[in-house]
Amino acid sequence: MERYSVSVRDLAVGYDGKPVLRNVSFDIGQGEIVTLIGPNGGGKSTLLRSIVRQLETLAGTVEINGRLLNSISARDLARQTAVVLTDRIRPEMTTCREIAAMGRYPYTGPIGILSKEDEMQVDAALKAVEMSDYAQRDFNAVSDGQRQRVLIARAICQQPKIIVLDEPTSFLDIRHKLELLSLLRRMAREQGITILMSLHEIDLAQKISDKILCVENGRPVRFGTPEELFTEDGIRSLYELENGCYDPLFGAVELPGAQGRPQVFVLSSGGTGIPVYRKLAGNGIPFAAGILYTNDLDCHLAHRLACEVVTEEAFCPISDPACARAMALIREVPRVIDAGVKIGPCNSRIRDLILEAKTLGKYGEA
Amino acid sequence: MFAMLSFALLVSAVLNIALGSVQIPLRDIAEVLLRRNDNRMYEDIIWQIRLPRLVMAAVLGGGLAVSGFLLQTFFGNPIAGPFVLGISSGARLAVALTMIVFLDRMQAASSWVLVFSAMIGSLACMGFILLLANRLKHMSTLLVAGIMIGYICSAVTDFIVTFASESDIVNLRGWSLGSFSGMNWENIRAASAIIGTGFALSLLMSKPMGAYQLGEAYARSVGVNIRWFRIALILLSGALSACVAAFAGPISFVGIAVPYLIRRLFNTSRPLIVIPAAFLGGAVFCMGCDLIARTAFVPTELNVSTVTSVFGAPVVIVMMLRRRKAG
Repeated sequence: MERYSVSVRDLAVGYDGKPVLRNVSFDIGQGEIVTLIGPNGGGKSTLLRSIVRQLETLAGTVEINGRLLNSISARDLARQTAVVLTDRIRPEMTTCREIAAMGRYPYTGPIGILSKEDEMQVDAALKAVEMSDYAQRDFNAVSDGQRQRVLIARAICQQPKIIVLDEPTSFLDIRHKLELLSLLRRMAREQGITILMSLHEIDLAQKISDKILCVENGRPVRFGTPEELFTEDGIRSLYELENGCYDPLFGAVELPGAQGRPQVFVLSSGGTGIPVYRKLAGNGIPFAAGILYTNDLDCHLAHRLACEVVTEEAFCPISDPACARAMALIREVPRVIDAGVKIGPCNSRIRDLILEAKTLGKYGEA
Repeated sequence: MFAMLSFALLVSAVLNIALGSVQIPLRDIAEVLLRRNDNRMYEDIIWQIRLPRLVMAAVLGGGLAVSGFLLQTFFGNPIAGPFVLGISSGARLAVALTMIVFLDRMQAASSWVLVFSAMIGSLACMGFILLLANRLKHMSTLLVAGIMIGYICSAVTDFIVTFASESDIVNLRGWSLGSFSGMNWENIRAASAIIGTGFALSLLMSKPMGAYQLGEAYARSVGVNIRWFRIALILLSGALSACVAAFAGPISFVGIAVPYLIRRLFNTSRPLIVIPAAFLGGAVFCMGCDLIARTAFVPTELNVSTVTSVFGAPVVIVMMLRRRKAG
């Protein structure tokens, strides 16, 4: 039987005996990246804190590398799991290196003097997060991103098999977010460290994770691959999205488009329409789009933002009904925008549309 | 750095012996200490008055500074200290009660009894503060609560003193203002035993203390048993400040100002360095203040707490201003 890195069975977690989540079960293999997603207050932190024994579990079991969580001694647990928490710490007069060195705690002697080996581990960890140059700086005098990296270095110093991170990307700008996640991915791939974390950025969660855990207060936890869980409806119900939607294919969030009678008809292909769609949606102008092949990038987004999309089967010549519908729309709307449509042998009838728009005096280029 | 502090310690020790209403030349001091001098007067002054007093100032000052640092670690707030949190006042109240009760029944209470009652008083106050700490999450409210407790205890102590008999007052008066005077070697042995043990145990706890500086959750995540750690920390700092309060009465600001100055001086918060350094620093600080208390307005003697406040309070004010700036 495969031994899991983290194995959770029928777990109930919460505060003061009141469960926030119950019947949570999942298994994480070694070196996997598992991300918890879900709305604020949904129980992500509660679950993470329970798994690393910061909180008492209310029911069920947690196994870490095949051993029951409650049977592991504090020191052994500290050698197997390390955490990066959301608690903002403000230690006074402490250098980054001293913070990182705190991760050697489970390995040092009774008064915590670092051995040569410990010093080497600390240096290596600081190097891994590219903070060697800032080692002697005061922890309070570096940026949020650097602080976060120092805390990760601290976790690395524990030489853990599992690192648990609670929203490690909060307070970071996009560059540092990407750097941080690539670092975590490297640790998982190269050293087989299991990563269990919560993220707010569902787009990043979708891209980095091997498995996803959808956590929502009062509802059963869903566990699976990103492909299984990142569906438009899944995300919509998880976060109770009413305005806009999450596009699992693009991994992007879209604001909702305006509804009503179309005011503009957009001609485009191969992604040239996307900025125009977003601008129209942003200005609250309902629009129609066409004639788009069903495999076109524009077609995918137009379905979310436009009030009507005229489509045609991929790689087929434009059919009469599609052409007729597009003509009708062009006659109806006050403006036609050409966002840069490519015309080839299959879709040559687009020229007729452009001609019609020009004769009606509605034609314009984006 | 440690060498510097040790040197400062030595210098202030010598000054403490030499200066006073009777000036003693350095040469005679050395001879008396080595027991090669026959000057009876010098010998009495040094061995019966000045040496006990300065040793007590050093030991108790060191104990106060360490106790302050333990409390600061515990509360994660550099402004916490035995005096500010009202712990000293609680100890003082307990000692005042004990003294009056005991003095009624027998001639004198032994120093152990006084320490024990001070310990109970300080732990009672500490317990009360911890109860409040669970409700008042904010540090500043906690400090206000501590100061209020201090006032209440002082008021009750004053009340007791007011209605105590004449002879008790004489005893209580000098003591309750804070002073290192009137120490005998028996007191010193008791105080050194308690503070020495407390100091050694504090050093042994420096490893979890370092982890605790990153907050409770991180400390727990590296394997610190938070509950035992907190209990141990409270008992230790309580024992240290109670011992000081029992022997010398309330002495203000040493517990805050010295650890702060030491951390600035050494530019670190590592307990393994700060604890011994704070002990030395506290010793130097209290010896210096005691020297000033004795010699500034001869023949009148100030109480030590006045002098420690004069030097300690500005340090604390500077510290708060700097903190505000740092955000």
